[in-house]
This record gives sequence, structure tokens and C-alpha cells, in this order.
Amino acid sequence: MTDNAPIRRLPTDINGFDHVALGGLPAGRSTLVAGTTGTGKTLFAIEFLAKGVLGSGEPGVFVNFEENPEDIRHNAASLGFPIEQWEREGKWAFVDAAAEANDDEVSIIGAYDFGGLAARIEHAVRETNATRVSLDSLGAIFGRFRDSAIVRQELHRIAHLLGRLGVTSVLTAERTGEYEGVSQHNVEEFVLDNVIILRNVLENERRRRTLEVVKFRGTGHRTGEWLFTIDPRDGIVVMPLAFLTAPVPASRVRVSTGNTGLDGMCGGGLFKDSIVLLTGPSGSGKTLTAFGFTAAGVKADERCLIYALDESRAQLGRSASGWGFDLDAMEASGLLRIVCEYPEVASLEDHFLRIRRAVEEFRPSRLVIDTLSALERVVSPRALLDFVITLAVVARHHQVTTLLTSAPAGRFTPRLTPTIADEIASLTDVTVSLRYFESAGEIQRAIAILQTRGSAHDHTIRRVTVDGDGLHIGERLSSVVGILSDSPVVSAAPWWLVGLARPEGPRPGE
Amino acid sequence: MTTYSFRLYVAGQTERSQAAQVNLRMLCDSRLPGRYQIDVVDVTDQPDLAEEERVLATPTVIRMAPLPRRRVIGDLSDHRRTALALGLPGVATSTPLEDEI
Repeated sequence: MTDNAPIRRLPTDINGFDHVALGGLPAGRSTLVAGTTGTGKTLFAIEFLAKGVLGSGEPGVFVNFEENPEDIRHNAASLGFPIEQWEREGKWAFVDAAAEANDDEVSIIGAYDFGGLAARIEHAVRETNATRVSLDSLGAIFGRFRDSAIVRQELHRIAHLLGRLGVTSVLTAERTGEYEGVSQHNVEEFVLDNVIILRNVLENERRRRTLEVVKFRGTGHRTGEWLFTIDPRDGIVVMPLAFLTAPVPASRVRVSTGNTGLDGMCGGGLFKDSIVLLTGPSGSGKTLTAFGFTAAGVKADERCLIYALDESRAQLGRSASGWGFDLDAMEASGLLRIVCEYPEVASLEDHFLRIRRAVEEFRPSRLVIDTLSALERVVSPRALLDFVITLAVVARHHQVTTLLTSAPAGRFTPRLTPTIADEIASLTDVTVSLRYFESAGEIQRAIAILQTRGSAHDHTIRRVTVDGDGLHIGERLSSVVGILSDSPVVSAAPWWLVGLARPEGPRPGE
Repeated sequence: MTTYSFRLYVAGQTERSQAAQVNLRMLCDSRLPGRYQIDVVDVTDQPDLAEEERVLATPTVIRMAPLPRRRVIGDLSDHRRTALALGLPGVATSTPLEDEI
């Protein structure tokens, strides 16, 4: 065995994890998964085995030091893992190393080793032909054998045994604090190579679970903490599910925004797989644009999903009918589904899962999220970025034209660090900005396309008017500067104030 | 007289395994002459027996009879403590083994 041989990755099939780990866990090696209580270590250990059985039919051995097999079977059943059945089929074996209340009285006298445990693990691995082994959790064994030097040395032997058996293994261990040391009892000393940390911290009074790959020996992985959630149905779901899902071929099909003027500005409509970010202060026409976008979809016989985060269904219906959109009729046709939820009712990760589920079940061609800003109330900018990234992956994968609204720009973008702002820009395909500006004692609206990917677009800032028929995009605003900075200045008497009909095309001197 | 029955789990024929066997036999010979029985289980040969009793550490000796069962982990190098832990009947005041080791 040479240390220079490239280390193969074993895909875990844990939702999103393999993307963060660039392919999976180092094959044939042990990985330490450390975390405080309640971070999901046991679940990680269970899923690692269960997904092996489900996916590629790889048998697994679960060495339980803490919870007894009965509890583990029970917990796993709620995620749809029939461990008992797998045990009968020889695909799953427990090595029960938990202390039990009715155990014999035990004394320790003189030198000992973990030869019994080693023999049992080896036996179970050979019996089942296991390729995956989980040990959960090492801390429990330190509680039973007081001499931690011996325990460390013996666990080192077990880790060595696992290496010799050629299995890929997950060893879980406790941590006392979220940002100190790797693990209690320094168990990382014997699985130095690969370490993952799970965290569960309160941030702005909200739970935030993250997963961090601290190191993978000799191989790459993504750095930083990745949000994850524990879903009652899907188990561990790491976000972003990532940049690295196989790229879907970019669509060349154009679809209408529902507004002729806006279609024109975008170079003839939106590409079908576009993610559009529509920013603007409240009342500037975002929701109206979103209704138009939805109605255009329904009219074209496409399914549309609206995920409204700021308004109740009744409020939404009322404002829509004010603009002449009949949401009830669209819903009745089966082409529109509306989900209204307040951001506070669930964590960001859960919102994501609900949207993803709705997208996968309802299969919409168009998706509206109104508004992202509502989510800002409950999460950090970094988390929101992760959310958008992940959502974009799902939307592109299903070729869903997606409209995200965000109020007020100036609140969304500038609060983010430059890198995060860059990242947001890099993952939306079209950024549309709606703005108010003040001119001649009136509040006026302006619209600009800040970017479109893969297509020409109108670089001008145009006037927007809203009337009973909806939103109209008008002429170019050539005499106002600073609209995008939110402090516009009229540089010269605008021609429309003077009442001159301005001819199309550039003016002399432009 | 009660017959004592022990099962000693060892992992391979190591020095530690030998020490545990020797210590246990010496102790039984002195405390339970003629009324004890020792089964030695090598877990590397019979891992299923180790599984059955959920043996983690080796050597481990289990007093199977009389009940209640008792378990001692280690090479049993301290005879006095081992006798106590396994609940062996006491022998007259001066036990030659007592202060060994």
C-alpha cells in the first residue's frame, strides 16, 4: 500500500454531502464525524450505511456504543430504512457494544485490550461482506473504560483493523463546544486523516446546522461550513446541493415575461431555464410583474408555482384582482399552485425542501418566489446566498423559469459582502431593477436590466408607468443620473417635461 | 459445595491471554480447590460467542455460576481484587498469593 496512490471516493448518497466532499468519503479509510449532542452524528452514521444498502447494495456493519440496536432500528424506520429486514437479508449487522442497565457487574483488574470488539467487528464484516462500517459513538466507550490512554490506543487498533479490512468507515465522536478543539478525548488523534464537523448553533435565535469538512487527507474538498437540515423524510440534506450537479444543457427556448416591453429589453424574452432576480422597493411593480409572468405561463398552458412569503393567500388574491388577474380561476384550471407561507414558520432549509418538493411534485414550468427579502428577516446573508444557489440548481435542473423578487435593492445587495454579491450576480441569469425616482414633484418609476447571461439586452434605463392595464415600459430616461444609486439627480430638464416628442435613436452628441 | 463455573474470553494466544489464564487458575486452585470449571474462549476463533455475551475487552472472565453473574475485565494481575470482584470464598488469613505482584 503506498500513500501516494490516489484516494478513491466512495459516494455516500447522503443528500448533497458528496458535492461538498467532492465525490464522497475517502474509500477504504476512516472518517471522524464529530459534533456536539443533537448535531446529527448518529443519523449520519445510520444514513451512511443505509444509503449504501439502498444505492449500490453494499452491506454495512453498525457498531453501536451508545444507543441500543432497537432504538436505531426504530429511528431508521421513520426514514424508510427497513433495518430489520436488511438484517434478515444479511445486508446489515449490528455489533452491539452498548452498555445496558441489566448488564453484569463489571470490574477492571489489570491490563486489557479491545480484542473482543476487534474480533466481533471483523467477524461481522466478513459475514456480511460489508464495505461500510459505522461506529457510533466513541465517547460512550471512554465513559466505560476510565483509562483514556488505553482506550485511545485500542481505538487506534480498531481504526487500523478497519483499514486492513478495506472498509470505508464513519466514526462519530462528541465535542463539548462548537468552536473549540475537534473532539472530546482527542479521538481525532487516531483518525487524523479525515475529519468532518457537524454544528448546531443558535444564530439570531434560530437553529443553524452546518457541516464542515475539516480535512480529507491528500484529497480536495470544499471548505467552509455548509448548511444542512434534518428532514423527517429525507434525513440529512446538505445545501447547496451544489454547483456541481451535472450541468443541464442551456436552453435556447425563449419564453415571455408576460410584458412585451420587458421581453424586448431582455432581447426577446427569457431563456426557459433563466433565473431572474427582480429587485425594487415595495410598490414599484415587482408583484405586478410576477403576476404578469404567471399569467403568461398559464395562458401558454404551462404550470406555474407561486411561493409567497410575505402575504396571505387572500391578500395575494386581492392585489391580483386589482390588476385584473384572476388567481382563483388559474388555480381552478390546475395550472397554478400557490403556496403562502410566512418565513418565520420554518427554517430556511425547510423552506427550501418544501419548494423543492413542490417543484418535483407539481413540475411547474414557471416559479415565482415573492419575496426573498422576507427570508432576510430570518437568516444571514450567507445563508440566503446558499438558499438561492441551491434553489437555482433545482430550478435549472427541472428547466423552470424562475422569478425571484427582492425588496428594496439597497437592502439586499449592499448588505452582502462583495464576494457574496458577486456570487449572487453570477448565479442569476437576468437581473432587473425597478426604482423610484423623484422628478418635478412626482414620484416616477424606472426600470433597468443590469445583466442577462447569454443574450443581448437593452442597456438603457427606461421609464415605467403603471395603470389599470398593468405595467408599461416607456421611453429611455436620458436626463436623470444616479437612479440606480437611489439618489437620482435630474441632469437637465427632461424632454418629456417640456412636452417634446422625442424621436427614437440617439440624439446628436450622444 | 457449590461448583463455580467461569468463562474466560481471550483474543489469540498472547502473553496477556496466558497471564489471565494462569492468574485465574492459580486463584481458583487456592480458593476453590476441586470445585471450579473454566472454559476458555478464544474470540478470534469463536467471535459469535463473544457477540453473544457482547464482549468488548479481552481478557474478560464471566462467572457463569453461581448466579449472579459477575464480569471482570483485564489480566487479573491483582489476585485479591479479582477474588473480591468474582465473589470467591475467602481463605484463611494468610493467603500466600495476596501480596504477590
